[in-house]
Amino acid sequence: MEPLSNRKKVLEQKPMNFWERLYLPAIFQGMIITFRHMFKKKETVFYPEFQREFSENWRGMHSLKRDEEGRERCTACGLCALSCPAEAITMIAAERQKGEEALYREEKYAAVYEINMLRCIFCGLCEEACPKEAIYLDGPIVPADYLRKDFIYGKDKLVEEPLKLQQD
Amino acid sequence: MELAFIIEKFALILVIFVISLTIAAYSTLAERKIAGFLQDRVGPNRAGPGGMFQPLADGLKMFFKEEIIPTESSTALFILGPSLALFTSFLGSAVIPWGQDVEIAGRMVSLQITDINVGMLYIFGVVSLGVYGIMIGGWASNNKFSLMGAVRAASQNISYEIPMGLSIIALLMSTNTLSMKEIAEQQHGINWNIFYQPLGFLIFLVCSFAETNRTPFDLPECETELVGGYHTEYSGFKMGAYMFAEYLNMFLASAVMSTLYFGGYNYPGMDWVNEMAGSVIGPFIGMGVLILKIFAFIFLFMWVRWTVPRFRYDQLMNLGWKILIPLAIANIVITGIVITIFEKL
Amino acid sequence: MSISLFYFVAFLTIFFALLVIFSKNPVHSVLYLIVTFFTFTLHYIMLNAQFLAIVNFIVYMGAIMVLFLFVLMLLNLNEGSIGSKSNLLKMVGVIAGMCLIITLVGSLRALDTSDPLVLQTQDLGLVKNLGKVLFSKFLLPFEISSILLLSAMIGAVLLAKKDIKQV
Repeated sequence: MEPLSNRKKVLEQKPMNFWERLYLPAIFQGMIITFRHMFKKKETVFYPEFQREFSENWRGMHSLKRDEEGRERCTACGLCALSCPAEAITMIAAERQKGEEALYREEKYAAVYEINMLRCIFCGLCEEACPKEAIYLDGPIVPADYLRKDFIYGKDKLVEEPLKLQQD
Repeated sequence: MELAFIIEKFALILVIFVISLTIAAYSTLAERKIAGFLQDRVGPNRAGPGGMFQPLADGLKMFFKEEIIPTESSTALFILGPSLALFTSFLGSAVIPWGQDVEIAGRMVSLQITDINVGMLYIFGVVSLGVYGIMIGGWASNNKFSLMGAVRAASQNISYEIPMGLSIIALLMSTNTLSMKEIAEQQHGINWNIFYQPLGFLIFLVCSFAETNRTPFDLPECETELVGGYHTEYSGFKMGAYMFAEYLNMFLASAVMSTLYFGGYNYPGMDWVNEMAGSVIGPFIGMGVLILKIFAFIFLFMWVRWTVPRFRYDQLMNLGWKILIPLAIANIVITGIVITIFEKL
Repeated sequence: MSISLFYFVAFLTIFFALLVIFSKNPVHSVLYLIVTFFTFTLHYIMLNAQFLAIVNFIVYMGAIMVLFLFVLMLLNLNEGSIGSKSNLLKMVGVIAGMCLIITLVGSLRALDTSDPLVLQTQDLGLVKNLGKVLFSKFLLPFEISSILLLSAMIGAVLLAKKDIKQV
């Protein structure tokens, strides 16, 4: 077929000369190259002891944020669950009772908030959908585990630590 | 047969057995380390300091893995295969001269298990026997891929035995003996055979790569085409036996090449060293030199493995039959002409 | 010592040779044949013919039997695939076997028990002496047999080569 553009180049393969057909010089060349690599700097990062730095737009484990007074930001609107393409997020909403104003910022909060880490594809759409800036994917790598049920992360693993120093 | 003779031979066999086992075990570590270094990595380094105990960990793992024997295979042959492979790879080191004679308590003790006058042919025979382990194992697995691997191993080994034998004939013409001990003695100092038989050595080297089934000729276990080749169905320690046999064969091939072409236990200035060190320590220094040469060859085997890609099967056969055999015959003719000219002069 | 050793190895030879015939699986019988050849090698060593022993080892055990095994593995013969022979074939087999026995027994009877052969030179089997004899006394037969092998080789190459006209 006639090419539409003229970008295609047909490589011309010359017949090999005697030294190329002998194949041995090519092998020695290759062996010299690999030998040089023995003395190059090793690229290995010794993982558990040292960790490679994450880039700025790294998306790792989710965390549910608190505001400046240590109250949970999430209002259980469900937009994150709606936006999630992998349907990894589920939640049950509850109404804030009297005396819980210090715990939750809005009148409605998430009583149960679960993310299935086996389903999650770490796309970051929940982060973008959230109107309250409550969820961010700024954590480390999700660790491995033995059972499927252990990959469903509840609020105990997701919610940020309360700001204890400021409360005191 | 006196008792001392039996004891000394038994001790020597034990020592060489242990040495070859250790070298084979640590070859597995060296292979992974060298692969790492050549690819800008560090290789295994967790078990012990610098990965020292990795072979032990691997061996333990092999012992504790489940052994699976396919129900449709013939069990006896399935077990015989790896045993035979391991057995034949041990046999060859019997005729390697490991050093000059040592004088212990007024007795000359030879550092060679046995000096039969057809030593070189013996090694050749043992090597040609090695393919049975692979063939029997591959056939007994009752698996198409294993059978393909076995068939490839058989035809490859037979094809490369011919140029190997022919290159040895050229060496025989210049040494005039088949005994490994005499060949080693003739290469005193730096009078190594590599200077008389460079082409023969090259052919022998290529053939020994093919005979030990190492890359670029590892078609019997070519994982991109044949899953695992002849050991597809093997698991646990039988798999380990096959792997061990490969490394032992590599050790043996390195020992044979060092002895035949690179002077064995000889090194320049050995007379002076022997005078200084005495007749007990001196030969053992020679043995150390031989082992260093063997290490160099093992490194070469691994270096080539991580550099050169695998050959295609027809390329392998072309190389063996159309290039190496004519080259080896030409080498014989040239050697004959040169020897005749030198005799006439 | 050496006589009893001989009888032991001879017993092994015959035992494995019988197993070659009686085993139903062709691959097994080739493997028994390999063991039989190995016992031959032992016989040669006992006769102090080291060169013959090692050549028998390399050529028969190491090369020819590998090829046998090679072909048999590819054939994939099962125990059932050989099939039963017709009655006529069985009859012919019995008659031929009987004839062989009669000939053997007759020839054994005709022979007197021979004296054990004593070698003039004990070291005839060693490589050096064998080579000297082959290249001096028996030079002509040796060269003729090498030409025979060469012609066989050329014939094999001719058979394997494709017909040029068809291409």
